[in-house]
Amino acid sequence: MKVNGAEITIKLLERQGIEVISGIPGGANLPLYDALSKSSIRHVLARHEQGAGFIAQGIARTTGRAAVCFATSGPGLTNLLTAIADAKQDSIPMVAVTGQVSYGLVGTDAFQEVDTYGLTIPITKHNFLVRSPEELLQVVPEAFRIAEGGRPGPVVVDIPKDVQLGMVELEAWPEPAAAKEKSHVEICMADIEQTATLINEAKKPLLYIGGGIVHSNAYRALREFAGKNSIPVTSTLMGLGCLRGDDPLNLGMVGMHGTRYTNYLLNETDLLLAFGVRFDDRATGKVSGFCRNARIVHIDIDEAEINKIRKADISITGDIGAVLGKMLPLVKRDERKEWITQIESMKAAFPFFMPSGSGRHPIEIIKLIGSLAPEDAIITTDVGQHQMWVAQGYPFKLPRTLLTSGGLGTMGFGLPAAIGAAIANPDKRVICFSGDGSILMNIQELATLADLQLNVTVAVLNNGHLGLVRQQQEMFYDGHYIASEFVTNPDFAMISRGFGITAYDAGRGGNMEEVLRQALSHSGPAFVNIPIPPKENVIPIVPPGAANHDMVGGETYER
Amino acid sequence: MKDKDSVIIELTVQNHAGVMSHITGLFSRRAFNLEGILCGRIGDGTRSRMYLLVNDDDRLEQIVKQLQKLYDVLEVSLKYDYDQSVFDRLSEWIGG
Repeated sequence: MKVNGAEITIKLLERQGIEVISGIPGGANLPLYDALSKSSIRHVLARHEQGAGFIAQGIARTTGRAAVCFATSGPGLTNLLTAIADAKQDSIPMVAVTGQVSYGLVGTDAFQEVDTYGLTIPITKHNFLVRSPEELLQVVPEAFRIAEGGRPGPVVVDIPKDVQLGMVELEAWPEPAAAKEKSHVEICMADIEQTATLINEAKKPLLYIGGGIVHSNAYRALREFAGKNSIPVTSTLMGLGCLRGDDPLNLGMVGMHGTRYTNYLLNETDLLLAFGVRFDDRATGKVSGFCRNARIVHIDIDEAEINKIRKADISITGDIGAVLGKMLPLVKRDERKEWITQIESMKAAFPFFMPSGSGRHPIEIIKLIGSLAPEDAIITTDVGQHQMWVAQGYPFKLPRTLLTSGGLGTMGFGLPAAIGAAIANPDKRVICFSGDGSILMNIQELATLADLQLNVTVAVLNNGHLGLVRQQQEMFYDGHYIASEFVTNPDFAMISRGFGITAYDAGRGGNMEEVLRQALSHSGPAFVNIPIPPKENVIPIVPPGAANHDMVGGETYER
Repeated sequence: MKDKDSVIIELTVQNHAGVMSHITGLFSRRAFNLEGILCGRIGDGTRSRMYLLVNDDDRLEQIVKQLQKLYDVLEVSLKYDYDQSVFDRLSEWIGG
């Protein structure tokens, strides 16, 4: 058969099991779209390439499989960069296929030409500039192998227009990349035995878990492991949901906005079990002050994370699910009465002070939404105060139910990620928590949401500020407020209606619970604007550069 | 003439335009120090050998691990016993 490069690409994506591609067409990727028009793959037309990238992330983060987005050359690619960098930071498998000017024009400053290869080197796991249609036969399956294998990440496949149009005589299609190739690193049994012995002998072990547990689909193994030996678990932002929020062993989130007792317990532990984490500065605070009295066991699939930030006493490179499976029988059943009692008294002495009474504190609103939403609802957030309040207050019960931009911290992530999550999970309710600053950064995707009529509820906690910036200026810059309060703030409910989306405004009187109930049960997209006090702070907070135990606020709740 | 403070990293890499960017980009974005590079193709030209002169300090482990992760890097090894004067002669030749 005779096929062109674009047809090869689309066919290989089909064979890879791709059902949906988000993107925007343009001059340099029109042959790909021409081939797509004859394909079974559904295309979702975003309104900005960054939106397309985050829609793909929403699919990938909820399914664990690489998702695909399309963009044209030049501005199409530069618009997509943020979503690619975001996927790199949070280890999200994604394949971005971009159009490029014809190979003969590369390097001539042609119309809509930009150095995609050069721009994406630092923000991808790997990238390809394809030089011939034949190369696609190897590059496309390889892109999926790279994106999904080992520590996942984004891959860019940049295809010049003449390569998309070049004809090839083919006899057979190459095999697609295997579902998910397991880490080929041999796990050393002696290290596992040594770790198990350390755990059995430790007085005060503590699990510090993160996104690695999610990517490895290892939450059940983790729950069994922690439960058997009664090891309390603290989680990074990326690991929330691996333990149920109401599990007695769950100490919640660690770090900058962690709970008081959790951060104090870091100084108590004698054995830190760092499983699927990378000692990010938001989690550890000042590293020299992190778990000062503990021996460190670090297990991660990426060897480069071992000893990168904190020297480990024992390290294992490998898939955390596989390691937990091998270690479980070696760890003894233990109730750890003394350690658990100490933790309980720490919890009593330094509790998380829940605001109560008015019902208008953001955490109260988030908890209310959590009580109204189904157990398996998928939550996305944007970035800022609302994100941290969701992390502190939402009752997560399963992994992959919190999609949040943890590493890059991208405002504008929430809405398109929610669209992607809803595409991949049509039977579930998806709730996007956002702020009045964040939502405006990708608000054009309300049009995409209206196109698709997905079950997405957008809840904007509206304080008229870049709240986390305002908070830092109050606490660390002597209250010198600049550029953190919006001069005007649009009528978000009216804007949403302009996009054709049913909107509610919880600030216009009426019963908050009733408004939220309606917004959450509405079939199809809904938007709810929720005014909150303009100067509420996220507490406690570890000042930048300080150790976790030096957190500020939250001793008692002050209104 | 051996320099106790530095070490040579020997790399075998795929030989195509862009590999050098991946490697030098890694050094700049991770704030690793890189004192010298020698590079040439080997065999039939599908591969190249690179010699990187770097400081022998506590960041070396991380540099090596990050290099190993690069897709186009096929082999990484550390050479402590190499005569690094080739780099010195090269810089003389360049006029440094």
